[in-house]
Amino acid sequence: MLLEAPFTEQKIRALKVGDMVEITGLLFTGRDAVHKYLHDGGKPPVDLTDSIVYHCGPVVVKENGKWVVKAAGPTTSIREEPYQGPLMEQYKIRGVIGKGGMGPKTLQYCQSVGAVYLHAIGGAAQVLAERVVAVEGVHLAEQFGSPEAIWEFRVERFPAVVTMDSHGGSLHAQVLAESTEKLARLLG
Amino acid sequence: MDAKVLQNHLLELIRRTSAELPTDVVRAVQAGLRREKQGSSARYALQVIDDNIIMAKDKSQPLCQDTGTIICYADLPAWCSEGKFRKAYEWAVVEATRRGYLRQNSVDSITGKNSGDNLGPGSPQYHFHQTPKKALTVRMMLKGGGCENVGIQYSLPDTRLAAGRDLEGVRKCLLDAVLQAQGKGCGPGILGVCIGGDRGAGYVAAKEEFFRELDDTNEDPRLAKLEKRIMKEGNGLGIGPMGFGGETTLLGVKITHRNRLPASYFVSVAYMCWAFRRNGCVLTEGGKLSRWLYDS
Ligand code: SF4
Repeated sequence: MLLEAPFTEQKIRALKVGDMVEITGLLFTGRDAVHKYLHDGGKPPVDLTDSIVYHCGPVVVKENGKWVVKAAGPTTSIREEPYQGPLMEQYKIRGVIGKGGMGPKTLQYCQSVGAVYLHAIGGAAQVLAERVVAVEGVHLAEQFGSPEAIWEFRVERFPAVVTMDSHGGSLHAQVLAESTEKLARLLG
Repeated sequence: MDAKVLQNHLLELIRRTSAELPTDVVRAVQAGLRREKQGSSARYALQVIDDNIIMAKDKSQPLCQDTGTIICYADLPAWCSEGKFRKAYEWAVVEATRRGYLRQNSVDSITGKNSGDNLGPGSPQYHFHQTPKKALTVRMMLKGGGCENVGIQYSLPDTRLAAGRDLEGVRKCLLDAVLQAQGKGCGPGILGVCIGGDRGAGYVAAKEEFFRELDDTNEDPRLAKLEKRIMKEGNGLGIGPMGFGGETTLLGVKITHRNRLPASYFVSVAYMCWAFRRNGCVLTEGGKLSRWLYDS
Protein backbone atom coordinates (compact mmCIF):
# COMPACT_ATOMS: atom_id res chain seq x y z
CA MET A 1 0.00 0.00 0.00
CA LEU A 2 1.08 3.57 -0.52
CA LEU A 3 2.05 5.82 2.36
CA GLU A 4 2.18 9.39 1.17
CA ALA A 5 3.18 12.65 2.86
CA PRO A 6 1.90 14.37 4.93
CA PHE A 7 2.38 11.63 7.52
CA THR A 8 -0.52 12.55 9.77
CA GLU A 9 -1.37 10.77 12.99
CA GLN A 10 -4.55 9.48 11.38
CA LYS A 11 -2.69 7.80 8.49
CA ILE A 12 -0.09 6.35 10.82
CA ARG A 13 -2.66 4.99 13.29
CA ALA A 14 -4.30 3.15 10.41
CA LEU A 15 -1.15 1.08 9.83
CA LYS A 16 -0.85 -2.43 11.27
CA VAL A 17 2.02 -4.82 11.81
CA GLY A 18 2.75 -6.73 8.60
CA ASP A 19 1.59 -3.94 6.27
CA MET A 20 3.87 -3.59 3.27
CA VAL A 21 4.14 0.08 2.40
CA GLU A 22 5.73 2.19 -0.27
CA ILE A 23 6.59 5.59 1.09
CA THR A 24 6.45 8.76 -1.00
CA GLY A 25 7.48 12.07 0.51
CA LEU A 26 10.35 13.55 2.45
CA LEU A 27 12.54 11.49 4.82
CA PHE A 28 15.18 12.80 7.21
CA THR A 29 18.17 10.56 7.82
CA GLY A 30 19.58 10.39 11.31
CA ARG A 31 21.74 7.96 13.16
CA ASP A 32 23.77 7.89 16.36
CA ALA A 33 25.19 11.43 16.40
CA VAL A 34 21.89 13.12 15.48
CA HIS A 35 19.87 11.18 18.03
CA LYS A 36 22.30 11.96 20.80
CA TYR A 37 22.44 15.63 19.77
CA LEU A 38 18.66 16.03 19.80
CA HIS A 39 18.32 14.10 23.02
CA ASP A 40 20.89 16.38 24.67
CA GLY A 41 18.74 19.36 23.77
CA GLY A 42 20.24 20.32 20.40
CA LYS A 43 17.88 22.32 18.19
CA PRO A 44 16.60 20.39 15.15
CA PRO A 45 17.60 22.12 11.91
CA VAL A 46 14.44 20.83 10.19
CA ASP A 47 10.77 20.66 11.15
CA LEU A 48 10.24 17.17 12.54
CA THR A 49 6.48 17.48 13.05
CA ASP A 50 4.71 14.58 11.30
CA SER A 51 8.02 13.43 9.85
CA ILE A 52 9.66 10.09 9.18
CA VAL A 53 13.24 9.60 10.34
CA TYR A 54 15.44 7.09 8.52
CA HIS A 55 18.25 5.31 10.36
CA CYS A 56 20.72 5.43 7.51
CA GLY A 57 24.29 6.51 6.91
CA PRO A 58 24.13 7.02 3.16
CA VAL A 59 26.91 7.30 0.61
CA VAL A 60 26.23 10.61 -1.17
CA VAL A 61 28.52 12.20 -3.73
CA LYS A 62 28.37 15.44 -5.68
CA GLU A 63 28.18 14.95 -9.45
CA ASN A 64 28.00 18.03 -11.68
CA GLY A 65 27.03 20.17 -8.70
CA LYS A 66 24.19 17.86 -7.67
CA TRP A 67 23.99 15.41 -4.79
CA VAL A 68 23.67 11.82 -5.96
CA VAL A 69 22.88 8.97 -3.58
CA LYS A 70 25.10 5.95 -4.23
CA ALA A 71 23.93 3.69 -1.42
CA ALA A 72 21.17 4.18 1.12
CA GLY A 73 20.44 1.01 3.07
CA PRO A 74 19.23 1.00 6.66
CA THR A 75 21.47 0.69 9.70
CA THR A 76 20.72 -1.19 12.93
CA SER A 77 18.08 0.72 14.90
CA ILE A 78 18.40 -0.69 18.39
CA ARG A 79 21.32 1.64 19.17
CA GLU A 80 18.82 4.52 19.29
CA GLU A 81 16.51 2.76 21.74
CA PRO A 82 17.29 5.09 24.67
CA TYR A 83 16.54 8.23 22.60
CA GLN A 84 13.87 7.30 20.08
CA GLY A 85 10.70 7.31 22.17
CA PRO A 86 11.25 10.63 23.92
CA LEU A 87 12.19 12.26 20.60
CA MET A 88 9.05 10.89 18.94
CA GLU A 89 7.05 12.46 21.72
CA GLN A 90 8.83 15.80 21.81
CA TYR A 91 8.74 16.43 18.05
CA LYS A 92 5.75 14.32 16.98
CA ILE A 93 7.89 12.12 14.77
CA ARG A 94 5.42 9.69 13.19
CA GLY A 95 7.69 7.05 11.81
CA VAL A 96 11.13 5.56 12.06
CA ILE A 97 12.70 3.45 9.32
CA GLY A 98 15.58 1.14 10.09
CA LYS A 99 16.48 -2.50 10.45
CA GLY A 100 16.40 -5.08 13.20
CA GLY A 101 13.48 -3.53 15.09
CA MET A 102 13.41 -1.66 18.40
CA GLY A 103 12.55 -2.49 21.97
CA PRO A 104 9.64 -2.18 24.40
CA LYS A 105 10.34 1.45 25.30
CA THR A 106 9.97 2.61 21.68
CA LEU A 107 6.91 0.40 21.25
CA GLN A 108 5.26 2.16 24.19
CA TYR A 109 5.93 5.56 22.70
CA CYS A 110 4.59 4.37 19.34
CA GLN A 111 1.30 3.78 21.12
CA SER A 112 1.19 7.00 23.11
CA VAL A 113 2.46 9.29 20.34
CA GLY A 114 0.86 7.60 17.36
CA ALA A 115 3.95 6.42 15.49
CA VAL A 116 5.26 3.30 13.74
CA TYR A 117 8.50 1.47 13.09
CA LEU A 118 9.10 0.62 9.45
CA HIS A 119 11.59 -2.11 8.60
CA ALA A 120 13.54 -1.51 5.41
CA ILE A 121 15.22 -4.38 3.57
CA GLY A 122 18.69 -4.72 5.07
CA GLY A 123 21.49 -4.63 2.56
CA ALA A 124 19.36 -3.55 -0.41
CA ALA A 125 21.57 -0.53 -0.98
CA GLN A 126 20.98 -0.18 -4.72
CA VAL A 127 17.21 -0.54 -4.81
CA LEU A 128 16.82 1.87 -1.90
CA ALA A 129 19.23 4.41 -3.36
CA GLU A 130 17.23 4.38 -6.58
CA ARG A 131 14.04 5.28 -4.72
CA VAL A 132 15.66 8.48 -3.47
CA VAL A 133 14.69 10.79 -6.32
CA ALA A 134 16.21 14.00 -4.95
CA VAL A 135 18.39 15.26 -2.15
CA GLU A 136 16.78 18.44 -0.89
CA GLY A 137 19.21 19.44 1.79
CA VAL A 138 21.83 18.43 4.30
CA HIS A 139 22.34 19.62 7.86
CA LEU A 140 24.97 19.18 10.57
CA ALA A 141 27.33 17.60 8.02
CA GLU A 142 30.28 19.69 9.13
CA GLN A 143 29.75 18.81 12.74
CA PHE A 144 29.08 15.08 12.37
CA GLY A 145 30.47 14.05 8.97
CA SER A 146 28.49 13.00 5.91
CA PRO A 147 27.09 9.58 6.99
CA GLU A 148 25.95 10.99 10.37
CA ALA A 149 24.38 14.16 8.96
CA ILE A 150 20.66 14.87 8.52
CA TRP A 151 19.96 14.39 4.82
CA GLU A 152 16.63 15.42 3.35
CA PHE A 153 15.70 12.65 0.95
CA ARG A 154 12.74 13.00 -1.40
CA VAL A 155 11.67 9.38 -1.91
CA GLU A 156 9.22 7.71 -4.23
CA ARG A 157 7.79 4.29 -3.45
CA PHE A 158 10.40 3.49 -0.86
CA PRO A 159 9.66 -0.11 0.26
CA ALA A 160 9.32 -1.05 3.94
CA VAL A 161 7.28 -3.29 6.22
CA VAL A 162 5.49 -2.07 9.35
CA THR A 163 6.95 -4.21 12.14
CA MET A 164 5.85 -2.11 15.15
CA ASP A 165 2.54 -0.27 15.12
CA SER A 166 0.70 2.25 17.29
CA HIS A 167 -1.55 -0.43 18.79
CA GLY A 168 1.14 -2.29 20.71
CA GLY A 169 1.87 -4.81 17.97
CA SER A 170 5.48 -5.85 17.34
CA LEU A 171 6.31 -8.36 14.65
CA HIS A 172 9.76 -8.76 16.24
CA ALA A 173 8.32 -9.76 19.61
CA GLN A 174 5.81 -12.02 17.88
CA VAL A 175 8.33 -13.87 15.67
CA LEU A 176 10.72 -14.25 18.62
CA ALA A 177 8.01 -15.76 20.82
CA GLU A 178 6.76 -18.10 18.09
CA SER A 179 10.19 -19.30 17.03
CA THR A 180 11.23 -19.84 20.65
CA GLU A 181 8.17 -21.97 21.20
CA LYS A 182 8.75 -23.95 18.01
CA LEU A 183 12.31 -24.70 19.03
CA ALA A 184 11.23 -25.78 22.50
CA ARG A 185 8.76 -28.18 20.92
CA LEU A 186 11.38 -29.47 18.47
CA LEU A 187 13.82 -30.23 21.25
CA GLY A 188 11.00 -31.73 23.29
CA MET B 1 53.80 -11.81 -13.88
CA ASP B 2 54.20 -8.09 -14.22
CA ALA B 3 53.17 -6.24 -11.03
CA LYS B 4 50.78 -3.96 -12.90
CA VAL B 5 49.00 -6.91 -14.54
CA LEU B 6 48.59 -8.63 -11.18
CA GLN B 7 47.19 -5.42 -9.65
CA ASN B 8 44.55 -5.10 -12.32
CA HIS B 9 43.44 -8.73 -12.02
CA LEU B 10 43.05 -8.26 -8.28
CA LEU B 11 41.11 -5.01 -8.73
CA GLU B 12 38.68 -6.78 -11.06
CA LEU B 13 38.36 -9.59 -8.51
CA ILE B 14 37.38 -7.08 -5.82
CA ARG B 15 34.92 -5.30 -8.12
CA ARG B 16 33.25 -8.55 -9.11
CA THR B 17 33.06 -9.77 -5.53
CA SER B 18 31.46 -6.54 -4.32
CA ALA B 19 28.92 -6.13 -7.13
CA GLU B 20 28.01 -9.67 -8.25
CA LEU B 21 26.63 -12.49 -6.17
CA PRO B 22 27.77 -16.00 -7.13
CA THR B 23 25.06 -17.87 -9.03
CA ASP B 24 24.69 -20.59 -6.39
CA VAL B 25 23.62 -17.86 -3.94
CA VAL B 26 21.30 -16.21 -6.45
CA ARG B 27 19.65 -19.58 -7.09
CA ALA B 28 19.11 -20.07 -3.35
CA VAL B 29 17.55 -16.59 -2.98
CA GLN B 30 15.24 -17.24 -5.93
CA ALA B 31 14.22 -20.65 -4.60
CA GLY B 32 13.29 -18.91 -1.34
CA LEU B 33 11.30 -16.32 -3.25
CA ARG B 34 9.27 -19.01 -4.99
CA ARG B 35 8.67 -20.80 -1.70
CA GLU B 36 7.20 -17.80 0.17
CA LYS B 37 3.49 -17.10 0.01
CA GLN B 38 2.14 -14.54 -2.47
CA GLY B 39 1.43 -11.29 -0.69
CA SER B 40 3.58 -12.10 2.36
CA SER B 41 6.17 -9.68 3.72
CA ALA B 42 8.73 -12.50 3.42
CA ARG B 43 8.16 -12.62 -0.31
CA TYR B 44 8.23 -8.85 -0.51
CA ALA B 45 11.64 -8.77 1.22
CA LEU B 46 13.09 -11.44 -1.08
CA GLN B 47 11.71 -9.63 -4.12
CA VAL B 48 13.52 -6.43 -3.12
CA ILE B 49 16.69 -8.46 -2.48
CA ASP B 50 16.42 -10.14 -5.88
CA ASP B 51 15.92 -6.76 -7.60
CA ASN B 52 18.90 -5.42 -5.70
CA ILE B 53 21.11 -8.31 -6.87
CA ILE B 54 20.28 -7.58 -10.50
CA MET B 55 20.69 -3.83 -10.12
CA ALA B 56 24.07 -4.01 -8.37
CA LYS B 57 25.48 -6.20 -11.14
CA ASP B 58 24.09 -3.95 -13.89
CA LYS B 59 25.41 -0.79 -12.31
CA SER B 60 28.65 -2.40 -11.11
CA GLN B 61 28.02 -1.00 -7.64
CA PRO B 62 28.26 -2.62 -4.19
CA LEU B 63 25.43 -5.05 -3.42
CA CYS B 64 25.31 -3.64 0.09
CA GLN B 65 26.81 -0.41 1.40
CA ASP B 66 28.60 -2.38 4.11
CA THR B 67 31.35 -3.92 2.02
CA GLY B 68 32.55 -5.81 5.06
CA THR B 69 35.78 -7.29 6.27
CA ILE B 70 38.07 -8.05 3.35
CA ILE B 71 39.22 -11.63 3.79
CA CYS B 72 41.75 -12.90 1.26
CA TYR B 73 43.19 -16.39 0.72
CA ALA B 74 46.12 -16.75 -1.63
CA ASP B 75 47.84 -20.00 -2.68
CA LEU B 76 51.24 -18.77 -3.74
CA PRO B 77 53.37 -20.61 -6.36
CA ALA B 78 57.15 -20.22 -6.40
CA TRP B 79 57.03 -17.17 -8.72
CA CYS B 80 54.84 -15.07 -6.41
CA SER B 81 56.25 -14.03 -3.04
CA GLU B 82 54.05 -12.96 -0.18
CA GLY B 83 55.52 -9.48 -0.41
CA LYS B 84 54.75 -9.16 -4.10
CA PHE B 85 51.20 -10.32 -3.55
CA ARG B 86 50.54 -8.00 -0.61
CA LYS B 87 51.79 -5.02 -2.53
CA ALA B 88 49.53 -5.73 -5.48
CA TYR B 89 46.47 -6.56 -3.36
CA GLU B 90 46.88 -3.45 -1.24
CA TRP B 91 47.07 -1.29 -4.33
CA ALA B 92 43.87 -2.96 -5.55
CA VAL B 93 42.10 -2.38 -2.22
CA VAL B 94 43.00 1.31 -2.17
CA GLU B 95 41.94 1.74 -5.79
CA ALA B 96 38.69 -0.19 -5.22
CA THR B 97 37.93 2.11 -2.29
CA ARG B 98 38.65 5.17 -4.41
CA ARG B 99 36.29 3.90 -7.12
CA GLY B 100 33.54 3.08 -4.62
CA TYR B 101 33.60 -0.73 -5.00
CA LEU B 102 34.52 -0.75 -1.32
CA ARG B 103 33.30 1.60 1.40
CA GLN B 104 35.78 3.28 3.75
CA ASN B 105 35.39 0.56 6.31
CA SER B 106 38.50 0.24 8.44
CA VAL B 107 38.50 1.98 11.81
CA ASP B 108 41.35 2.26 14.32
CA SER B 109 40.09 0.41 17.39
CA ILE B 110 41.85 2.75 19.82
CA THR B 111 41.29 6.19 18.30
CA GLY B 112 38.10 5.50 16.32
CA LYS B 113 39.66 7.09 13.24
CA ASN B 114 38.75 5.70 9.83
CA SER B 115 41.88 5.02 7.76
CA GLY B 116 39.94 6.04 4.64
CA ASP B 117 41.56 3.49 2.34
CA ASN B 118 40.72 0.18 4.05
CA LEU B 119 44.33 -0.42 5.05
CA GLY B 120 45.48 -0.78 8.65
CA PRO B 121 46.41 -3.43 11.20
CA GLY B 122 44.62 -6.64 10.13
CA SER B 123 42.99 -4.97 7.14
CA PRO B 124 42.83 -6.60 4.67
CA GLN B 125 42.98 -9.97 6.37
CA TYR B 126 45.33 -12.46 4.66
CA HIS B 127 45.65 -16.22 4.70
CA PHE B 128 48.69 -17.37 2.72
CA HIS B 129 49.64 -20.88 1.65
CA GLN B 130 52.44 -22.11 -0.59
CA THR B 131 51.48 -24.29 -3.48
CA PRO B 132 53.63 -26.59 -5.64
CA LYS B 133 51.28 -25.78 -8.55
CA LYS B 134 52.21 -23.39 -11.33
CA ALA B 135 49.24 -21.04 -11.01
CA LEU B 136 48.27 -18.47 -8.37
CA THR B 137 44.86 -19.03 -6.79
CA VAL B 138 43.18 -16.14 -5.01
CA ARG B 139 39.91 -16.38 -3.13
CA MET B 140 38.21 -13.57 -1.28
CA MET B 141 35.16 -12.81 0.74
CA LEU B 142 33.52 -9.58 1.93
CA LYS B 143 31.98 -10.33 5.30
CA GLY B 144 29.45 -7.77 6.54
CA GLY B 145 29.32 -6.38 10.05
CA GLY B 146 25.65 -6.95 10.86
CA CYS B 147 25.94 -10.67 10.24
CA GLU B 148 29.34 -10.90 11.94
CA ASN B 149 27.75 -9.50 15.09
CA VAL B 150 25.35 -12.46 15.36
CA GLY B 151 28.11 -15.09 15.10
CA ILE B 152 28.49 -17.09 18.30
CA GLN B 153 30.79 -19.64 19.90
CA TYR B 154 29.62 -22.36 22.29
CA SER B 155 31.69 -24.33 24.75
CA LEU B 156 30.20 -27.75 25.43
CA PRO B 157 28.74 -29.01 27.64
CA ASP B 158 26.25 -26.13 27.84
CA THR B 159 23.76 -26.32 30.70
CA ARG B 160 21.32 -23.71 29.38
CA LEU B 161 20.89 -25.69 26.17
CA ALA B 162 21.31 -29.12 27.81
CA ALA B 163 23.87 -29.73 25.06
CA GLY B 164 26.49 -32.43 25.54
CA ARG B 165 29.70 -33.16 23.67
CA ASP B 166 28.26 -34.97 20.68
CA LEU B 167 26.49 -34.22 17.40
CA GLU B 168 23.17 -33.95 19.21
CA GLY B 169 24.74 -31.23 21.39
CA VAL B 170 26.05 -29.50 18.26
CA ARG B 171 22.55 -29.58 16.77
CA LYS B 172 21.16 -27.79 19.82
CA CYS B 173 23.84 -25.09 19.52
CA LEU B 174 23.14 -24.48 15.85
CA LEU B 175 19.40 -24.17 16.30
CA ASP B 176 19.99 -21.84 19.23
CA ALA B 177 22.29 -19.71 17.06
CA VAL B 178 19.54 -19.40 14.43
CA LEU B 179 17.01 -18.47 17.10
CA GLN B 180 19.25 -15.85 18.70
CA ALA B 181 20.10 -14.28 15.34
CA GLN B 182 16.42 -13.80 14.37
CA GLY B 183 16.54 -11.39 11.41
CA LYS B 184 19.34 -9.27 12.80
CA GLY B 185 22.07 -10.63 10.55
CA CYS B 186 20.11 -9.67 7.41
CA GLY B 187 18.76 -13.16 6.89
CA PRO B 188 18.09 -15.39 5.11
CA GLY B 189 21.55 -16.43 6.22
CA ILE B 190 24.14 -19.14 5.86
CA LEU B 191 25.82 -20.86 8.80
CA GLY B 192 29.52 -21.71 8.59
CA VAL B 193 30.33 -24.06 11.44
CA CYS B 194 33.40 -25.66 12.94
CA ILE B 195 33.21 -28.37 15.57
CA GLY B 196 36.38 -28.43 17.68
CA GLY B 197 39.68 -26.59 17.31
CA ASP B 198 40.65 -23.84 19.73
CA ARG B 199 38.60 -20.64 19.83
CA GLY B 200 40.64 -18.89 17.15
CA ALA B 201 41.02 -21.77 14.70
CA GLY B 202 37.36 -22.64 15.16
CA TYR B 203 36.11 -19.34 13.82
CA VAL B 204 38.64 -19.27 10.97
CA ALA B 205 37.60 -22.75 9.83
CA ALA B 206 33.92 -21.88 10.23
CA LYS B 207 34.31 -18.97 7.82
CA GLU B 208 36.31 -21.03 5.34
CA GLU B 209 33.19 -23.16 4.92
CA PHE B 210 31.65 -20.17 3.12
CA PHE B 211 33.86 -20.98 0.13
CA ARG B 212 31.81 -24.14 -0.44
CA GLU B 213 29.00 -23.81 -2.96
CA LEU B 214 25.57 -23.80 -1.38
CA ASP B 215 24.29 -26.83 -3.28
CA ASP B 216 27.29 -29.11 -2.65
CA THR B 217 27.19 -32.14 -0.34
CA ASN B 218 29.56 -32.57 2.57
CA GLU B 219 32.05 -35.42 1.95
CA ASP B 220 31.58 -36.58 5.50
CA PRO B 221 28.23 -38.40 5.57
CA ARG B 222 27.71 -37.65 9.27
CA LEU B 223 28.10 -33.92 8.68
CA ALA B 224 26.09 -34.04 5.45
CA LYS B 225 23.23 -35.47 7.45
CA LEU B 226 23.54 -32.83 10.14
CA GLU B 227 23.68 -30.01 7.56
CA LYS B 228 20.46 -31.23 5.97
CA ARG B 229 18.75 -31.59 9.29
CA ILE B 230 19.67 -28.08 10.49
CA MET B 231 18.50 -26.61 7.18
CA LYS B 232 15.14 -28.25 7.61
CA GLU B 233 14.73 -27.58 11.31
CA GLY B 234 16.15 -24.04 11.13
CA ASN B 235 13.76 -23.09 8.35
CA GLY B 236 10.97 -24.69 10.36
CA LEU B 237 11.42 -22.07 13.10
CA GLY B 238 9.55 -19.60 10.89
CA ILE B 239 11.84 -16.60 11.40
CA GLY B 240 11.96 -15.79 7.70
CA PRO B 241 13.74 -13.11 5.65
CA MET B 242 14.67 -10.07 7.79
CA GLY B 243 12.90 -11.81 10.68
CA PHE B 244 9.50 -10.97 9.15
CA GLY B 245 8.30 -14.56 9.59
CA GLY B 246 8.31 -17.09 6.73
CA GLU B 247 9.86 -20.27 5.45
CA THR B 248 13.23 -18.97 4.33
CA THR B 249 15.44 -18.45 7.35
CA LEU B 250 18.55 -20.28 6.11
CA LEU B 251 20.05 -20.54 2.63
CA GLY B 252 22.73 -22.99 3.68
CA VAL B 253 24.52 -24.80 6.49
CA LYS B 254 28.17 -25.84 6.04
CA ILE B 255 29.96 -27.77 8.76
CA THR B 256 33.56 -28.85 9.23
CA HIS B 257 35.57 -30.18 12.14
CA ARG B 258 39.01 -29.88 13.70
CA ASN B 259 40.62 -31.96 16.39
CA ARG B 260 40.26 -30.55 19.87
CA LEU B 261 41.95 -30.90 23.24
CA PRO B 262 40.40 -33.43 25.59
CA ALA B 263 39.54 -30.49 27.86
CA SER B 264 37.58 -28.41 25.36
CA TYR B 265 34.77 -28.77 22.84
CA PHE B 266 33.95 -25.61 20.93
CA VAL B 267 31.23 -25.12 18.38
CA SER B 268 32.00 -21.97 16.38
CA VAL B 269 29.19 -20.51 14.30
CA ALA B 270 29.81 -17.82 11.69
CA TYR B 271 26.71 -16.23 10.17
CA MET B 272 26.68 -14.84 6.64
CA CYS B 273 23.92 -12.53 5.40
CA TRP B 274 22.10 -12.89 2.07
CA ALA B 275 24.71 -10.46 0.61
CA PHE B 276 27.06 -13.43 0.47
CA ARG B 277 29.99 -12.00 -1.42
CA ARG B 278 32.75 -14.40 -2.36
CA ASN B 279 34.74 -15.02 -5.48
CA GLY B 280 38.14 -16.16 -6.64
CA CYS B 281 40.33 -16.60 -9.65
CA VAL B 282 43.27 -18.58 -11.00
CA LEU B 283 46.12 -16.59 -12.57
CA THR B 284 48.97 -17.96 -14.67
CA GLU B 285 52.59 -16.95 -14.41
CA GLY B 286 52.26 -15.35 -17.84
CA GLY B 287 49.65 -12.93 -16.46
CA LYS B 288 46.51 -14.59 -17.86
CA LEU B 289 43.32 -15.18 -15.97
CA SER B 290 42.66 -18.87 -16.55
CA ARG B 291 39.26 -18.95 -14.77
CA TRP B 292 36.91 -17.56 -12.14
CA LEU B 293 36.24 -19.94 -9.28
CA TYR B 294 32.54 -19.13 -9.14
CA ASP B 295 30.02 -18.13 -11.81
CA SER B 296 28.36 -14.82 -11.14
S1 SF4 C 1 24.55 -7.88 7.38
FE1 SF4 C 1 25.09 -8.10 5.21
S2 SF4 C 1 23.32 -7.35 4.05
FE2 SF4 C 1 23.11 -6.64 6.16
S3 SF4 C 1 23.97 -4.60 6.16
FE3 SF4 C 1 25.60 -6.01 6.78
S4 SF4 C 1 26.66 -6.61 4.91
FE4 SF4 C 1 24.73 -5.65 4.31
